[in-house]
Amino acid sequence: MAAKLELVGIKKMLRGRQVLDGVDIDVNERRSLVIIGGSGQGKSVTLKCALGLMKPDSGQVLVDGADVTRMPPEIRQRVMRKFGMLFQGGALFDSLSVWENIAFRLINADKVSRADARERAIEAMRKVRLSPDFADVRPIELSGGMQKRAGLARAIIAKPDILFFDEPTTGLDPITADAINDLIVEMVKELGCAAVSITHDMASARKIADEIAMLHNGKIVWRGPTASLDSSGNAMVDQFVAGRAEGPIQAVV
Amino acid sequence: MNPFASIGRGTIGMLSEIGRFSAFAGRAIAAVFSPPLFLGQFLRQCWQIGYLSLPVIGITAVFIGAALALNIYVGGARFNAEQFVPNIVVLGITRELGPVLAGLMLAGRVSAGIAAEIGTMRVTEQIDAMTTLSTDPFRYLIAPRVLAATLTLPILVLVADIIGVMGGYLIAVNSLDFNGAAYLRNTFDFVEAQDVILGLVKAGVFGFIIAAMGAYQGYHSSGGALGVGRATTNAVVGSIVLILAVNYLITALFVE
Repeated sequence: MAAKLELVGIKKMLRGRQVLDGVDIDVNERRSLVIIGGSGQGKSVTLKCALGLMKPDSGQVLVDGADVTRMPPEIRQRVMRKFGMLFQGGALFDSLSVWENIAFRLINADKVSRADARERAIEAMRKVRLSPDFADVRPIELSGGMQKRAGLARAIIAKPDILFFDEPTTGLDPITADAINDLIVEMVKELGCAAVSITHDMASARKIADEIAMLHNGKIVWRGPTASLDSSGNAMVDQFVAGRAEGPIQAVV
Repeated sequence: MNPFASIGRGTIGMLSEIGRFSAFAGRAIAAVFSPPLFLGQFLRQCWQIGYLSLPVIGITAVFIGAALALNIYVGGARFNAEQFVPNIVVLGITRELGPVLAGLMLAGRVSAGIAAEIGTMRVTEQIDAMTTLSTDPFRYLIAPRVLAATLTLPILVLVADIIGVMGGYLIAVNSLDFNGAAYLRNTFDFVEAQDVILGLVKAGVFGFIIAAMGAYQGYHSSGGALGVGRATTNAVVGSIVLILAVNYLITALFVE
């Protein structure tokens, strides 16, 4: 069976720097892959290439075995409807209310009536344990954790096949971060989707990952099940997991 | 350092910027003419760009009309031609000052606003988010703004024409001893449909430039608050320069 999502030999050059130098990852249904790595190692670019927000210079992005990068735009758009994404800062539209944000896709792309969309948005809010009392406020009035919940509700409302998470716990206190991690695990299980996350928060990675891959210098340098993270035998992974400044990876200050 | 090299680099940079903007404008036009049209967004932009610009346009027009009347009176007096004040005021306002000044005011108000809004959406990943929500930002964000500015600026200029002529009338009647009825008769007898039409054509083109330049700069902004600031400045400067250049071109085309 083809992997739900597979990246093969993705290369991307940005401003004269080879950010991705042949990235290969794949993730199956009901599996959660977490990509770890330092800042500036290409995690965000990998995610953007997978999502179709950035076109790789070479390589393939396969969704259910079909290469998205070579599809005509209208077919690609149809494939991308299977995606859901939680952005790092939430990326909620500040001109719209919370429920309009969550139901944005239903109203604007799927042409669901506003009344039905609102109902489904409130149902999604309940799922991510965000009180429906906040449905009519602007996102700016929500706390950081609530914004993540709203972003998650927006990502899951159309029942995606593949969920992407960009630094889901960045900027949250440890308790809120853990609650978001729990929610991610729960949603991935409930939707039965494939999940790809990028993070440098090891506590979050251990909690939400079935498998972990480490990205360094534009390449995947190690990959394995979460349980084997502490016995990876890879000096770079060991350094990253332990959070040491000394080791094969030079700290960029 | 070779001075020719830097001139060449600057020229190539400018030409490629013009090329990029043209491609962006073409994509915006394509988005306007291909469904779906987000009607709610379009109406909101008509309100934002058109209706809310009325005060600034009205104030500009009344003062310009008044100042124009005074200047023409002084100039005309040098060869006993004071009676031509109404004719020249209406000609100057409808053909030139109405559309150009409305364009310049809106370059400040609207182009900057669009660049800042779309630029902030870009740097906070809201535009990427929109794409992942299966909604084309060109159709949802850019087409409604471009269409609203292109359609509402001619209406604003029509209002500016009327208020500008009124400004001239007020000064002429109250401090230059013109007869009110004669002033208005002269104005209406003299002005031709093509004067007004020229102004409205200009206004439509300027409206397009203002919205497209604001959206272009915002859409391509990067680098946080600094980048959004730069995008806003570039939007205002870019649309003003384009408006003045295109104004000359349209005028020359009409005069021929």
